[in-house]
Amino acid sequence: MEWLQLLQRFLSDFLRGAGVTLELTSVGLALGFALGLFLALVKIYAPRWLSGFATAYIEIFRGTPLLVQLFLIYYGLPSLGVTLSQTLSAYLALGLNSAAYQAEYLRGAIQAIGPSQMMAGRSIGLSRWQTIRHVILPQALRLALPSWSNEPISLLKTTAVVFLIAVQDLMAKAKRAATVTYNPIASYLAVAVVYLLMVFVLNLLLKWLERKSKIPGFEIDVKRV
Amino acid sequence: MSKPILTVKQLTKRYGSNTIFEKIDLTVNEGDTIVIIGPSGTGKSTLLRCLNLLTKPDGGQIWLDQQEITVKGTDEDRVRQHIGMVFQNFLLFNHLTALENVKLGLVRVKHMPEKAAEQKAMEELTRVGLADRAGHYPGQLSGGQQQRVGIARALAMDPRVMLFDEPTSALDPELIGEVLEVMRKLALDGMTMVVVTHEMGFAREVADRIVFMERGKIVEEGSPDALFYHPKYERTREFLWKITELYGKKEAQS
Amino acid sequence: MPGAGIPFHPTSVSAEYGDQQPVDFSRFIQYIASGTAYTFGVMLIALPSGLLIGLVLAFAAVYGGKLAGKVLDLVSTVLRGIPPIVLLFILYFVMSGTINLSPFWAGSISLGIISSAYQMEIFRGAILSVSGEQMMASRAIGMSKMQAIRYVVLPQMIRLAIPSWSNEAAIVIKDSSLVYAIGVPEILRRAQLISASTHQPFLAYITAALIYFVLVFVTNRLLGRVERKLTIPVNP
Repeated sequence: MEWLQLLQRFLSDFLRGAGVTLELTSVGLALGFALGLFLALVKIYAPRWLSGFATAYIEIFRGTPLLVQLFLIYYGLPSLGVTLSQTLSAYLALGLNSAAYQAEYLRGAIQAIGPSQMMAGRSIGLSRWQTIRHVILPQALRLALPSWSNEPISLLKTTAVVFLIAVQDLMAKAKRAATVTYNPIASYLAVAVVYLLMVFVLNLLLKWLERKSKIPGFEIDVKRV
Repeated sequence: MSKPILTVKQLTKRYGSNTIFEKIDLTVNEGDTIVIIGPSGTGKSTLLRCLNLLTKPDGGQIWLDQQEITVKGTDEDRVRQHIGMVFQNFLLFNHLTALENVKLGLVRVKHMPEKAAEQKAMEELTRVGLADRAGHYPGQLSGGQQQRVGIARALAMDPRVMLFDEPTSALDPELIGEVLEVMRKLALDGMTMVVVTHEMGFAREVADRIVFMERGKIVEEGSPDALFYHPKYERTREFLWKITELYGKKEAQS
Repeated sequence: MPGAGIPFHPTSVSAEYGDQQPVDFSRFIQYIASGTAYTFGVMLIALPSGLLIGLVLAFAAVYGGKLAGKVLDLVSTVLRGIPPIVLLFILYFVMSGTINLSPFWAGSISLGIISSAYQMEIFRGAILSVSGEQMMASRAIGMSKMQAIRYVVLPQMIRLAIPSWSNEAAIVIKDSSLVYAIGVPEILRRAQLISASTHQPFLAYITAALIYFVLVFVTNRLLGRVERKLTIPVNP
């Protein structure tokens, strides 16, 4: 098949592109997690007027396409005086976007664990924040893992659009291969295979993480709680 | 002379338009074991949770060791270091071993050094008979064992008074005994306890005073003998003997 | 036609709008909003086709026997493991090369195919949540498999699927922005064109974001109403 030959021909190029894709995924995921956790905690524990901002943020970033957010940051901000490089714009857009989704996964898990464990923690004199940190989060993060695992995979696929602002990820390499070989179908098929492989490996990684972080004997039924 | 450890005056709690309980007065002296009984849904658990300020009362006052804890500006976290609570659903920290469950308060709240905390935690676990399960997670323990860890966790903080919220209601029948035994020993050792329970055998044997609550009010209170054999109110007699029938088999055995 | 001949650079706007300063806001918004027609079009083709295909495949996967289940599993995994934009490009080039479809039609159908894989999983999950005992009860009163599916499983499954399906609908609306990359003059494309000629990129993209937000918001509300209407009363 043509795509296989093409893959072999452009292998080093594609690998470099894949590296950029993985970089984008990692940075976006990490940024999204930090911000997402913050948003989830604000939404649950902060007073009404403050948690409203978190809700608004989540609604907005989940209610608009990533591509639009990306263009807004890369093309739009400069007219307000903030000019970011392509890579930075991509990191920012992916991170801000992912945060909104991660916030929802984390919020669900924290709320499932929350009330009774909060009561238990406070009954021995732990403060609210101490209880969140030492009792609720360790359990909530583990509980969230299966559904949260959707996010890294989704993010990996989402990064593909950043080639439209000329970030040299895997998709950009595919486009270059298509220009050089006049064979777009084979080019994009080839990178499709690479993406599939990356998703497959990521899946294995996540399953391993799930196994490793299991609490012995603790199978919580989210619906029941 | 027994000093009062917990004094409750005119305590009231409402949820929206419902009054859970109203104008409750209660005195708990040092070394007392008070057992609160009554039909389900009469606010017994809520009352208990007000005592350690997990639930905020809507009216009335509570004193712990002659200090009012319902006054504004009270450091509630500090107060809860001195009141221990045992929950119906155990509420152990699932991600920690039995030992770590008991240790957490010592390390994070009392700021004890690791070694000392570990030692104290082991002492408490031994006290409830679970030294050999120290490394187990709650999910690996039976209900009765989990509850005993719960008791150890509360005891580790050296509380002035222990509150038990229906501690055996969620347990299989054959596991109830081991928990009641731990509680009985605690009472004999002189711990001040307030227990909400349906276990009449325990109430008769261990309580210094029984409080009968119904529909948010204290109907009657007195020594076990007084309530069981010379109750002032018909309702008290009805309730006590109906419950005793229900638990009749255990009565015969205990 | 050259392999990567996808227009990325704004060309013909000036002819339509002209290079004016200061910005005429009403025409500005009008121009971007006219792209909504295309976005709507994409959505109205992609969602229903994804629904139909996904529904059929879901039933095939659950009731069609082991082999069908395994094959569909594989297809679904592949389709969902590739970034939508990669699939879009592949399908677009295949379709425009063979059948000579316009970017709009090629893009819409491609998004429909992609969505069908996700919808198949949604419906499959919903069917499995219903199936077991309900199927057993239906057969016990003499219904055939087909009848049981039609009168017992399907109605219950629809209710269960709505929340996840609303999510997928929102995703399709957002993914419709991807057809920007194959030159369809939808909202984002128009925002870009006008930002170039008016030098108001921030405003242009905020407007685009707003329009998308409204689309997603309204769709979610409508589906929420449908869900409430279909809820079976349960007495506490």
